[in-house]
Amino acid sequence: MSTATGTTLPAWELPLTPTLIVSTAIATRDFQDVHHDRDLAQGHGSKDIFMNILTTTGLVQRYVGEWARDAIGPDFRIAGCALRLGAPAYPGDTLTFSGSVTESGELTVIDVVGAVSLGNHVNAQVTVVAR
Amino acid sequence: MSTAEWTHDDIMAAVEEIKALGESEPKPARDPINQPMINNWLEAIGETDPRYTSGEAPPAMAQVWTMDGLDHTKRAAAPLHRTMQIFDEAGFKSVLGTNCDQVYLRPVEVGEHVTLSARLDSVVGPKVTGVGEGYFVTTENTWRVGDEVVATMSFRVLKFKPGARKPAVDKTRLVRPQMNQDTAYFWEGTALGELRIQKCNACGELRHPPGPMCPTCHAADRGYVVASGKGTVFSFLVHHAPQLPGKELPITLALIELEEGLRMVGEVQGGRESIAIGSPVQVAFEKIDDDLTLAQWAVVE
Repeated sequence: MSTATGTTLPAWELPLTPTLIVSTAIATRDFQDVHHDRDLAQGHGSKDIFMNILTTTGLVQRYVGEWARDAIGPDFRIAGCALRLGAPAYPGDTLTFSGSVTESGELTVIDVVGAVSLGNHVNAQVTVVAR
Repeated sequence: MSTAEWTHDDIMAAVEEIKALGESEPKPARDPINQPMINNWLEAIGETDPRYTSGEAPPAMAQVWTMDGLDHTKRAAAPLHRTMQIFDEAGFKSVLGTNCDQVYLRPVEVGEHVTLSARLDSVVGPKVTGVGEGYFVTTENTWRVGDEVVATMSFRVLKFKPGARKPAVDKTRLVRPQMNQDTAYFWEGTALGELRIQKCNACGELRHPPGPMCPTCHAADRGYVVASGKGTVFSFLVHHAPQLPGKELPITLALIELEEGLRMVGEVQGGRESIAIGSPVQVAFEKIDDDLTLAQWAVVE
């Protein structure tokens, strides 16, 4: 598999369930009510509970890591992850990841978009280096 | 201070005090990096990379180790929390994460114990955003094992007043047209509610935009006629960006074909939904102030 600039990553569709939103919030030790309590989330003006940023970080790196294990092999590590956050990821929606290699060489840089029905939930730039 | 008493200068002065504190004392994570917490995370995220079950922690967990958990008092001294309190008091009560930029200098291993230090980097605002008026607050966070930096994070949030209306546009601040000997008749006309078209007194030809000499017969003798103010849309565009002084965007700009046969560029009032090429339009005058009245256009239903 190629890591050349322009290579696209296979898309990944992740159905968003309340269980996913809550279990990931707790596993990342983020106990803010908007990530597990719908009544309080709605009280803050939100439509529903929504995914926390630490989980978005984890999912983006899972997506890139799964591709990199095929494309590069095990001898890589993730050295950086810059997120720009947009639309909230609510239960009932689908989070669809897509990505492409924008820089290839000593560093491999992958641009990732995580889209929900409201628009882009996250635009990420992930940097992968040799171990 | 109550909400009403906080000015921008008050906010920035309080912010400067927090910035001046610099980096906070390293705060140790509750637990050393450990496999059970990694396993919980792997299960929830669905991560299956075998390296994370053989002693290495996922880089995306960098922040997890130093989360405060349920005890709110623990974060009271953190620069981000203190900054948020200022904005809460000043009436900017809502918060939205906008950027999270993490750098992992090396993998960390089960058994290592990280600390977190944070400092307030910048506060920028007030900015009018899609969700309301607010300030962008950026903190710089550093995780260390002993004295060695293992990861960093630049974290930016928007602290905002939900739904706060955009400040009313001061229309007198618009970019003013040039007024000189060649164009004075036009602006004197708009002030009187007349749409004037320059006319060559020698050959009778109408012309717009105005100029000192007739392009057909080269005579410099010029006057004007008052147009009917009726026309049709020859072409148009909707301007969304960049911002224009004195204008609330978007605005619709059109090339209007006048009944008299000339074309003239102008803004179409509220025309975005109803406008089409060929739409009939009627001139409408908008007084900006005593010095300027603009000729604009309204779509005729």
